Amino acid sequence: MTLSFNLLLAACLAYSALLFIVAFAAEKRARAGRLGILRSPLVYTLSLSIYCTAWTFYGAVGYAARSGLEFVTIYLGPTLVIVGWWAMLRKLVRIGRAQRITSIADLISSRYGKSTALGVLVTLLAVIGTTPYIALQLQSVTLSFSVFTDGGVGDETSTGLWVAAGLALFTILFGTRNLDVNEHHHGIVTAIAVEAVVKLVAILAVGAFVVWGVAGGPTAVFALIDASPIAQWQMQQGRWVTLLLLAATAFVCLPRMFQVMVVENTDETHLATAAWAFPLYLLAMSLFVVPIAVVGLAVLPAGSNPDLFVLNVPLAFDKEWLAMLVFLGGFSSATSMVIVAAIALSTMVSNNIVMPIWLNARRGDATLSGDVRNVVLRARRLSIAGVLALGYLYYRLSGGGGALAAIGLIAFLGVAQVMPALVGGLFWRGATRNGAAAGLIVGFVIWIYALFLPGIGTGTVMSAQFLADGPFDIGWLRPRALFGIDGLDPLVHATLWSLGLNASVFVVVSLLGFPGPLERLQGSEFVNVFRFSTAHKGRSPTTAEAEDLLMMAQRILGAREAQALFQATAARQGKDGYLPDVTSDFLERLEREMAGSVGAATAHAMLGQIAGSGAVSVADLMRVADESAQMMEHSIQLEAKSEELGRTARQLREANEKLTAISIQKDAFLSQISHELRTPMTSIRAFSEILREAGMDRETRDRYAGIIHDEALRLTRLLDDLLDLSVLENGQINLHETDVELTDVIDRACTAALSDGARLTIRRVVADERLMLHTDADRLTQVFINIIANAAKYCDAPSPELRITVSACGDGINVDFIDNGGGIPMAQHAVIFEKFSRLGQTRIAGAGLGLAICREIVARLGGQISYLPGQGGAAFRVNLPQARFGAHAVASVA
Amino acid sequence: MPPDPPRDAPLFLARATYRRRRLMDAARLLPVVGAVLFLLPMLWFVSGGTRTAVGGLYLFAIWTGLIVIAAILSRVLVRGEAGGRGRDGPDAAP
Amino acid sequence: MGKRVLLIEDEPNIVEAVRYLLTREGWAVDTHSNGATALDAVARRRPDVIVLDAMLPGRSGFDILRDLRTAPDTSAIPVLMLTARGQRRDREMAEAAGASRFMTKPFSNSDIVDCLRELGGHDAA
Repeated sequence: MTLSFNLLLAACLAYSALLFIVAFAAEKRARAGRLGILRSPLVYTLSLSIYCTAWTFYGAVGYAARSGLEFVTIYLGPTLVIVGWWAMLRKLVRIGRAQRITSIADLISSRYGKSTALGVLVTLLAVIGTTPYIALQLQSVTLSFSVFTDGGVGDETSTGLWVAAGLALFTILFGTRNLDVNEHHHGIVTAIAVEAVVKLVAILAVGAFVVWGVAGGPTAVFALIDASPIAQWQMQQGRWVTLLLLAATAFVCLPRMFQVMVVENTDETHLATAAWAFPLYLLAMSLFVVPIAVVGLAVLPAGSNPDLFVLNVPLAFDKEWLAMLVFLGGFSSATSMVIVAAIALSTMVSNNIVMPIWLNARRGDATLSGDVRNVVLRARRLSIAGVLALGYLYYRLSGGGGALAAIGLIAFLGVAQVMPALVGGLFWRGATRNGAAAGLIVGFVIWIYALFLPGIGTGTVMSAQFLADGPFDIGWLRPRALFGIDGLDPLVHATLWSLGLNASVFVVVSLLGFPGPLERLQGSEFVNVFRFSTAHKGRSPTTAEAEDLLMMAQRILGAREAQALFQATAARQGKDGYLPDVTSDFLERLEREMAGSVGAATAHAMLGQIAGSGAVSVADLMRVADESAQMMEHSIQLEAKSEELGRTARQLREANEKLTAISIQKDAFLSQISHELRTPMTSIRAFSEILREAGMDRETRDRYAGIIHDEALRLTRLLDDLLDLSVLENGQINLHETDVELTDVIDRACTAALSDGARLTIRRVVADERLMLHTDADRLTQVFINIIANAAKYCDAPSPELRITVSACGDGINVDFIDNGGGIPMAQHAVIFEKFSRLGQTRIAGAGLGLAICREIVARLGGQISYLPGQGGAAFRVNLPQARFGAHAVASVA
Repeated sequence: MPPDPPRDAPLFLARATYRRRRLMDAARLLPVVGAVLFLLPMLWFVSGGTRTAVGGLYLFAIWTGLIVIAAILSRVLVRGEAGGRGRDGPDAAP
Repeated sequence: MGKRVLLIEDEPNIVEAVRYLLTREGWAVDTHSNGATALDAVARRRPDVIVLDAMLPGRSGFDILRDLRTAPDTSAIPVLMLTARGQRRDREMAEAAGASRFMTKPFSNSDIVDCLRELGGHDAA
C-alpha cells in the first residue's frame, strides 16, 4: 500500500486533536452560557448516531455479504421506536428530566422505590453487556489499521492498548470535568456530532464511488445484485422478528443510547426533530450497504474478510484518500461509542455501586464531612479507566476473533433484559420492585447461560460435550435447547427464553406482591408524569436544620449551585438570606437536584440521614390513590392559595419582627451613642481637672496628658464613623471609581487589618483574585479591613484562620471571608449588620458601627454583603459587580 | 354577516382539540403500522421467496414513507403543543 | 480611719481617675471590672461604699444592685451608681433597684469626691 503507517497515524492523531479542540471549544461556549448550536435539535439527532458503532460501519457490509438483507433489521428496529416517540420516548425523556435521572440503572432504581439493589443489578448487567462491545470497537480499529499496514508494521495488541488509553484520557478529560448538576456534557456531545458527520460522509462517499464509479449507475447495481451470491433473499423468519425486536429494545436500553437520548437531552422538542431526522440518518447509513457488499464480493479475491469490504474496495481501486476517509469514519464510529459508553457506565458504577458502599462505610457522618464531589469524580475517573481496561482485556483474551456481528447481538440481548422492567415501570403502576428484580435476575441468568457463555467460543467456558448433552447429561438444560426446544437459531432461542421468562416472572411477581409506599409514590410519578408533573410531596415535614442541609448540599452540588438553590427557595418563601424553611416541597426539590449528581437512591439515602427516614405520609398515599382529576385540580388550587397565604403571613411576620427590632434598636442606638460619647468624655474631664491642680511630678502629668490625648482620639474616631455612616445612609457619597485588581485591594486590606500584630492566618488563592473591578478601591479596602479585623477580634479558634475565596457568579464576583471559629448563632444573622449590634454582652473596643458601614459602602458600590451560613465558622460574602470587559473593549475600539 | 365570535370560538377549539387528539393517536399508531409492514415480507416466503433487489426496494420505500409521515406528524404535534402552552396562538391554524 | 470603697467599672482610664481622686481623700480603693463576678468581689472585699457602673461586661449594673439589695449582709451598703447613657429611664431604674446615689458621666471631680464623702459619713453616723 502506498499509504504509509506513519501517515495514517498522523491523520489519526490530527483527527483526535481536532476532536479535542471541538470538545474544548464547546465546553467553553457552554460555560459562557452561549449554548446556541450546542443545544440544537441537529446536534441532538447527530449525537443519537452513536447507535451506529464500528460494528455497523464495517460490520453491516460484512453482514450483508453473508446474510443479505437481514442486516437492515438493526436499523429498522430503532426507526420504529423513534417514529413512535410520542408513545414512549417522550415519556422517558420527560421522566428523565423531571426526576433528574443520571443513567438507565438510576431510572430503574428510582422507579422502584429508589432501590439500591436494583441499581446494582442493572449496573452489573450493563457492564457485562457492554464490555464485549467495547472490545469489538478496539478490535475494529486495530483491524482497520492492519489493512493499511498488511499486519506488518504496527503490533496489533499495542495499537489496541494505545487506542484504549487515548479514549480513557479523552473521556476522563471531558466526561468528568465537573459533577454537572444535570449531567450535560456539551463538549463530548458536540465532538460526537462531528464524528457522526464524518462517518456518514465516509460511508456515502464509498457508496457513491461504488455505484457511479465502479458499477456505473443504479441500474447496473441492480444487475450486479441479481448476479451476486446474495441475489435471493433468504429470510429466516424467526431471526427477522427477533432482530427487529432486539434492535428496537437495545436502542432504548443500551446505556450509551440512554445517555445521549435521555440524560444529555436539553429540550424535549428535540425529540420531535430526531423522530424523522434520525431514521433518515440510519437510512442514509444503510442505503449503500448492499451495493458495497455485492461489489466487494464481485471484485475482491474470494476469502477476503467481508467486514473490511468498506476499506478494501476503495483500496482495490487505488483510491487511497477515500480509504483514508473510510478509516477515519470507522475510527469515529468506534471512538464515539466507547466514549459515551464509558461515561454512561462510569456514572452507573459511581452512583449505584461506589456511592452506596461509601455511604455505608461512613454511616452517619457521611452527610456532614468529607468531600462527596471528589469521591464521586474520582470514582467516575477510576470507573472509566476500569471499563476501558476491561474492554481491552476482553479483546486480548478473546483473541480478537469472531465475526463482529455476533458479539454485537449478544450485547443487545443482554441489555434488552432491562426492557420489561422499563416498559412496565413507565406504563404499569402495579409493577413492583420484587417483580422487576426477579424478572431481571431470571433473564440475566438465562442470557449468560444460553448465549453469552456459549458465544465466547466453544471450549473456553463450556465444552462441546456440555453444549451437546447439557450439564450432568440433563437434556432439557442444554444451553442451546432449553426445556427441550431444539433446532432454533441460538439467538432466537436465547431471546425467546430469556425475555419471555423475564417478562412473565416480572408480571407474576408484581401481581402477587404488594409495593411499599415509596414504590407506589414513584410508580405514580412515573406512570402519570404528564398529569402530575407539578404537585408532589414525598416527605413528611422533618426537623432537619436548613443549615445542615445547606452544608451537605454544598458538598454534592457545589457551593455556588447549592447556595443559589437555597437562596432561590428562601426568596420564593418570602425570606431573605440563604436558609429557607425546611418544607417537604423543598426537601423533595433538594433530593431531586442531588439525584442529578449522585443518583436517586444515593440522594435519597443521604438526605434520609439528615432529614429522618423520609417516610411517606398518609396524605401522600391518599394522593396516589386519588384518581379523580377534578378533586386533584381543586385541591391543588386550594393548596396554592393556602401556600400563598402562608407566604404572605410569613412575609408580614418577618416585616413585623424587623420593625420591632428596628424600633428597639433605635432606642438602643441613641443610648449607645450617648454611652460611647460620654465614656471617653468622663476620662478627659476627670484628668483635665486633675491636671489643673498643681503639685504633680512630671511623669504623672505626662501620663495623664497621654490618657486625655488617647480618649480624645477615640472620640474623634467615633464621630468620624458616625459621620461616615450618616453620609453613606443619605447617599451623599462621592465614589472615586477606578479600574483596580481585586488582589491589590485584598493585599492592602490584609496589611492594614493585621498591622497591630493580630495573630490571624490568612489563606488565599491569589490566582483566583486576578480579576479587574471597576470600583472605589479605598472604600472597598475599608470594607475588607473591617471584615478581616473582625475575624481577628472575634474568631475564637485556638489558631485563628481566615480563608478568602473568590468565585465568579453570573455578572458579579463573590468574595467570601470564612474563619474557623464558632460562627455566629442563627438568631443574630439578621441583626449583625445593624448599628451597634455588637455580639453578646462582651464589650470590645470599637463602636459596633463597622459592619453597618460595610453594608452601606458595599451597597453604594452596587454590591451586597451578607452572612453566609453553613460554612463552619463565621462567613461573610461580599458580592460585587465585575468590570464589563466587553464594554471597555468596544469603547477602546471606537 | 360574520358569525358571532364568542359562540363560534368554543366550537372551533373543541374541533382543534379533537383533531389534535386524533393526531396523537396517529403518532402512537405509526410504529405499529411500520412494524406490520416490516414484518409483511415474512409472508412472501410462504410462497417461494423473492429477490434481494426487490425486497430492498420494498423496505427502503416503507422506510422513506415512515420518515415523511413522522416528519409531518411531529411538526404538527410540536406546533400544537407550543400553541396550547401560549395564551394566544395566532398562527395555530396553518 | 481608712474607709474602703469598691469601684466596679470596666473603663481602665475612668478607674484610674477615680482611684486617684479617692485615694487622695483617704479612701482605701479596691477595683473590679467584671460584671459577672462583681458579687463575689463585694463578698470578698466587704467595702463600706460601692461605686457601680451601670454597663459592665458580663452583667448589667442594675442586676448586680438588685442582688446586693436582696442579700441581707449587703443590703445596707451605700451604692453610687454611674451611668454613661444619661437617660431618665436609667435614673428611675437605678432608684427602683435601690441605688443610694446616681451620677451621670461625665461628672466633675469634686462632685464624686463630695458624694463619696457624704455616703461614707452618712454610713458612719
